[in-house]
Amino acid sequence: MPDHTVWGQCDMMETVAPGAAAARPEGSRPGAVLRRAEARPIIEIDDVVKTFGAFVAVDHVSLTIREGELFALLGGSGCGKTTLLRMLAGFERPTAGRILIGGQDMTDTAPYDRPVNMMFQSYALFPHMTVEANVAFGLRQDRMPRAAIRERVREMLDLVELTPFAKRKPHHLSGGQRQRVALARSLAKHPKVLLLDEPLAALDKKLRERTQLELVGIQERVGTTFVVVTHDQEEAMTMADRVAIMDSGRIIQVDTPHALYEYPNTRFVAEFFGTVNLFEGQLVEDEPDHLLIRCDALANPVYVGHGISAREHATVWIALRPEKLAVSTTRPDAPHNWDRGIVEDIVYLGGISTYHVRLDGGALARVTTQNLERMSAPEITWDDVVYVSWRPDNVVVVTS
Amino acid sequence: MTTGSDTRARAERLWARAGGGDGGPRLTRLQRLAARFGRGAVIGVPYLWLLLFFLLPFLIVLKISFAEFRIGVPPYTPLLEWLEGGYLQIRLALGNYLFLGQDPLYISAYLSSLKVAAVSTLIALFIGYPMAYAIARASPSWRAVFLLLVILPFWTSFLIRVYAWIGILKNNGLINNALMALGLIDDPLPLLNTEISLYVGIVYSYLPFMVLPLYATLEKMDVSLIEAAADLGCRPLRVFLTVTLPLSMPGIVAGSMLVFIPAVGEFVIPDLLGGADTLMIGKVLWSEFFTNRDWPVASAVAIAMLVLLVIPIVIFQHYQQRQAERAEET
Ligand SMILES: Nc1ncnc2c1ncn2[C@@H]1O[C@H](COP(=O)(O)OP(=O)(O)OP(=O)(O)O)[C@@H](O)[C@H]1O
Ligand SMILES: [Mg+2]
Repeated sequence: MPDHTVWGQCDMMETVAPGAAAARPEGSRPGAVLRRAEARPIIEIDDVVKTFGAFVAVDHVSLTIREGELFALLGGSGCGKTTLLRMLAGFERPTAGRILIGGQDMTDTAPYDRPVNMMFQSYALFPHMTVEANVAFGLRQDRMPRAAIRERVREMLDLVELTPFAKRKPHHLSGGQRQRVALARSLAKHPKVLLLDEPLAALDKKLRERTQLELVGIQERVGTTFVVVTHDQEEAMTMADRVAIMDSGRIIQVDTPHALYEYPNTRFVAEFFGTVNLFEGQLVEDEPDHLLIRCDALANPVYVGHGISAREHATVWIALRPEKLAVSTTRPDAPHNWDRGIVEDIVYLGGISTYHVRLDGGALARVTTQNLERMSAPEITWDDVVYVSWRPDNVVVVTS
Repeated sequence: MTTGSDTRARAERLWARAGGGDGGPRLTRLQRLAARFGRGAVIGVPYLWLLLFFLLPFLIVLKISFAEFRIGVPPYTPLLEWLEGGYLQIRLALGNYLFLGQDPLYISAYLSSLKVAAVSTLIALFIGYPMAYAIARASPSWRAVFLLLVILPFWTSFLIRVYAWIGILKNNGLINNALMALGLIDDPLPLLNTEISLYVGIVYSYLPFMVLPLYATLEKMDVSLIEAAADLGCRPLRVFLTVTLPLSMPGIVAGSMLVFIPAVGEFVIPDLLGGADTLMIGKVLWSEFFTNRDWPVASAVAIAMLVLLVIPIVIFQHYQQRQAERAEET
C-alpha cells in the first residue's frame, strides 16, 4: 500500500465531503484504530453464503470484526447488508459458511442463546410496555434479581438521558427518544456485540447528525463492539473505525474511512465513497517508480508517481477527487496532468465552491476549492477558459 | 349511549381515516357543500336502515312484552284503550317479566345458554388461535388460500351444514360406521343429540368469526417484535406469552364477542344437534312463541335476553374505543 504520510490526518479532515469528517470527535478515533488493530477478533464470518431460492443475497463473504471496534457495513439498497446482520443475530441461517462469535462457532445457535443484541431499524419497541419495562425485558429473561434489574435499567436510562420518561409507553415518545430506548434496551444485557440496522434512518437530518456523534460517544463509553448497517456514506465516515463496502452480496473493500477514500480498490468504491472524477485510459508505461496513462477524455497524458505492475496497455481508470484538483486561468507548462476546459457551473457552498468544468474532450470535471478569503472577488466565473491540474501523487489508479 | 356531538366527532374521524379529510384549502365552497352532503348521506343511510329494521321491530316486541295473553287476533291485549268518558287507559302488564323471574325454567335456560356460549367460545378460541396464527405467518399466496378455506363454508346454507353434521354424527353415520368398520367399537357411540354434538355444531358454525378477527390482529403484528424478544434472550413459549398474546388481545376480545353473543341466542343448533334435555333460551323462546303461542311472555324472554347480551356488547364497544384512541395517539 502506498505511503500514508503524504496525506496525513489533517489533510483528510479538511478535504472530505463537507460535514462528514470535520464532525468526527477530535483525537480519539485515529488512535483507537491503531489500538484496535491488535485487538482480538470478536466476529469471524467465514465464507458465508445466503440464498433465497435462486437469488444470492450474500455471496461468499468473509469478514473479521475486532473487539471494541465500531464497524460499518455500507452499501446500496438490496445489497445484502440486513441479511448479513440478521445472520449474525441468528434470525437467518447461512446457506453455507460459518459464523464465529467470540471464537465459538455460532452458525446454528438460536438468537436467544447468542451473546449479541440487535437494534432494529423500526426499533421494535414493545408497545404494551413502558420504557422501563422495555429496557428491563432482556434482563428479566436472565432471571436477574429485581434490585439488580432496577439498577441496570436506571443506569441505561441515564446513559441515553431518558430517566424522566421511564414510565411512558413508546407511543408517547418522539422518534429520537424511541431510538434511544431501543439503544438502551439492546445494550442493557452487556452484549459482546451490538448489531444496529440503519439505526438513524428514521430520524431527520439534523437529529441524525447529532445522534451519530452521540452513538459514537456511547460506544466509546461502554466499549461494546458495534456493527452498524448503513447506506449513508457520510454516516459511515462519521462513525466507523472501519467500513466494509458491499455490492450485490459481495464485500468489495474493507478499510478505514481514510483508506477507502484515498485508496479505493475499484471504481465502485471510488464512486460510492465520496465524489470522484473518473477517466478511463490505457497504460502506456508501467515502471516501478512511475506510470504513464493516456485517457481519451484528457488532452495530456497522466503521470503517476508509483507503479502498479499491470499488463502492458491494460485498461485502467484514474480517479481524481475534486478537492485534489486545482483550477486556474494560467496554462501549466508541465507535459502532463492537466487539461483545459470551460466553467459550466459554480456551486457555492459557503466553505467551499465546486466548479463544474467541461473539458475540451467533452468530459465533466468537478473541482472543489476552499473559500479561504472572505472578501476576495472570485477570479473565475462562468464560461471562463480554465486549466485543471493535479499532482502526480494525487492520482488513484484502479484496474477494475 | 353516545351523544350527538360524540357520534359526529367519531364519524369525522372515520372519514378522515378513510382518506377523506377536509380536502385542503383548494376546494371550492360548492365542492365542500357537496362533500358535506355526501358525508351526511353516507352516515345517514345506515342509521335509517337501523331505525327501520332494528329499532321499530324492537319497539314492537317491547310493546308486546308489556301486553297480556288473550285468544284472538292479535293474540295479546292492546296497551292503549279508549274508555267511555274520554279516558285513555294505558295498561302495562309487568307480569310477564315477573313470571320470568319466578319460573325456574327461564333462569336455568338463561344460565345454561351462557354456559354453553362461554364453553363454545373457549373451545373456538383454542382451535381458532393456532389457525389464525398459522395463516398470518404463512406465505402471502398460501394466506389467500387458507383465508378462502375459512370463508368457504359461508357459501353453503347454514342449515344444510348443520344437517350434514347429523349425517356425520348419527348412530349409523360417518364416524360410527368408520369406527365399527375398523373394529374399534362394537356398538355405535351416542354422539348425536348430546352435549358433544351441541358443542361440535356451535364451534364449527362460529369458528370463522373467531379466526378472522384473530387473523386480522396477528397479521398486522410486527414480526420484528417477536424477533426482538428472541434477540433479548426470550425462548419461543415466553415470546408468545409476553409479546404475542398481549398484543393480540383486541383480536381475542373481538373474536370471543362474535362467537359468544350469537351463541347465547342460538336456536337451530341446539334444536337439531342438541339433546332433548338441552336447555337454551333460544329454544325456550321458540316454543313459547310457536308451541304455547304466548306472544307476550315470548317477547319478554326476547327483551330479557337482549338486555343480557347488550351488557357484553357495551363492554366490547368500550374496549374497542379505548383501543382506537390508543391507536390514534401513535
Ligand atoms: N426472506 C427473504 N426472501 C427472499 N428474498 C429476500 C429475503 N430477505 C431479503 N431478500 C432479498 O435479498 C436481498 C438483500 O436484502 P437485504 O434486506 O439484506 O438488503 P439491504 O442491503 O439491507 O437493503 P436495504 O438498504 O434496502 O435495507 C434483496 O434483494 C432482498 O429482496
Ligand atoms: Mg436493510
